Amino acid sequence: MNSMLSITNLHATVADKPILQGLTLDVPAGEVHAIMGPNGAGKSTLGYVLTGRPGYEVTGGTATLDGEDLFALDPNERAAKGMFLSFQYPLEIPGVPALTFIRTALNAQRKARGEDEISAPAFLKLARETAASLKIDFDMLKRALNVGFSGGEKKRMEIFQMAMLSPRFLILDETDSGLDIDALRIVSEGVNAMRSPDRAMLVITHYQRLLDYIKPDRVHVLSAGRIVASGGPELALELEREGYDKYAQVAA
Amino acid sequence: MSSLAKAIATGDLTQLPSRRDEDWRWTDLRGLLRTLPPKPDHAEVTTEGPFAALGGDVFLVPNGFVEGFTHIEGGPDNPVAQLRFVAAEAGSIATTVLVAVRSGQTLTLLESYEAQADGAVSDIALDIQVAEGGRLERIVLAADRAESVTVSTAAVTLAPGASYAQTILTSGARRQRIETRVSHPGQGASVRLDGAYLLHEQRHADTTSVVTHSGLGGVTSQLTKGVVEGQARGVFQGRIVVERGADQTDARMGHHALILSDKAEIDAKPELLIFADDVQCAHGNTVGALDENALFYARQRGMPFEVARAMLTQAFVGEVVDRIEHEGAREIAAAWVAEQLGRGQ
Repeated sequence: MNSMLSITNLHATVADKPILQGLTLDVPAGEVHAIMGPNGAGKSTLGYVLTGRPGYEVTGGTATLDGEDLFALDPNERAAKGMFLSFQYPLEIPGVPALTFIRTALNAQRKARGEDEISAPAFLKLARETAASLKIDFDMLKRALNVGFSGGEKKRMEIFQMAMLSPRFLILDETDSGLDIDALRIVSEGVNAMRSPDRAMLVITHYQRLLDYIKPDRVHVLSAGRIVASGGPELALELEREGYDKYAQVAA
Repeated sequence: MSSLAKAIATGDLTQLPSRRDEDWRWTDLRGLLRTLPPKPDHAEVTTEGPFAALGGDVFLVPNGFVEGFTHIEGGPDNPVAQLRFVAAEAGSIATTVLVAVRSGQTLTLLESYEAQADGAVSDIALDIQVAEGGRLERIVLAADRAESVTVSTAAVTLAPGASYAQTILTSGARRQRIETRVSHPGQGASVRLDGAYLLHEQRHADTTSVVTHSGLGGVTSQLTKGVVEGQARGVFQGRIVVERGADQTDARMGHHALILSDKAEIDAKPELLIFADDVQCAHGNTVGALDENALFYARQRGMPFEVARAMLTQAFVGEVVDRIEHEGAREIAAAWVAEQLGRGQ
């Protein structure tokens, strides 16, 4: 089995505090893996470490995307290779219209890959189609990115960016938090539309609910910075029933 | 007459303001200027100014010589005037220009400081009068050189019902002060005083303003933004005075600056001096670094550091640009901001 994302014995600290402590995980192309775990287990840290957030220091282990060492790359270089993180708390960017932000990002990625910039008409056509499929009002894309948006709107905007940038590896960090049931359905449909044989996803969530909409191939339990159990979708249901207590004991 | 103008007129360097003068403590000229270069000769100007594309009458002041006009005035159909102070050669220049917008007239004044040679020491004085019901929008683009020394002082006198709006855009100089003093009578008169200073290397820019409200119900809205990198130094001094009896004054001042390097410096002194009871006055002053989280967010989406930084700093300054009313001037200002902030790429 050839993994798209391969993480081996990963250790990472935040402000000198060990958070990830020997995490090993392989996600093959075409698969959706869920990471579940109690608060403080290191779920969000994993997303930030893989995308290179300053302040998240790798102290051991490796992570590769298509065999390439992620930790040797800057955050923007990782993005150009196809890494995308849907933030748990998307940032507000005053003064930058959403469309300007995404076009700048898209063209930067294309430039990094040696591709031509997307033409303005082609970009707008893509944006209109994508916005319609996610039920986003096109006028909203002319407003400053995420400024004054509700939690649900911000999450929808993350999925919109994801669809526009068409990344190869998607990390969804608590994408279900702050969503009502209608928004959850729309966001999930957007994510499911991106499932493909040459793409893979890591879905980080505290609750099983999201996995009713985005069906994972594998479920992993993260506790105290390590994967302590792995299984099929049934593992998520078991966690929902029984909680994380027994895994907390395993980790200790 | 400013102290620099006095020093140029008399050759007496002790007239220059020094750091011991409270209002000049961050813009010391006496310690900087050991000699004053001689007055330059008249020069022919063959270049176009930064606002050339917007047309209108051109008022040229090459090397301090006011050329072929006594004053600038408005008109019934919002005419555009390009006022170009061109320092074509090294030398000390002291000059005064009168701008008078009469009752019911309007004017868009596009003012540029164009340094074409090192070694210019310029003192520019503007006497600006806006009569009852007159409207003036003044855009200043200060394109000095790294070695320029410039002091510009505008004394603005408004009549009741007058409207005055100003935006100063500057990339700084060796030492540069752009000062605006507004006599605000209230009674329907309104003032907008904005500015953006974008400084790199060892440049210095001082934006100083004094707005004195003397009558009922005056409105002042002030917004200055700065971005400093390298070893640059930005100075903001904003004083709003509300005199006894100037009740129902509504005055708001904001100064916000980004420091992009360890060695750059911002000195800010916002002041509200209020001698009336029933007023609404507020000021906000922030100085900080670019938001690291926003920077990472943009980089995660694929933007290299310099692209993300330029985008976020442009957006930061954009609020000042957006408040420019004249559309053509706003576009030129936006392009100027993009050019200044794209320098690092």
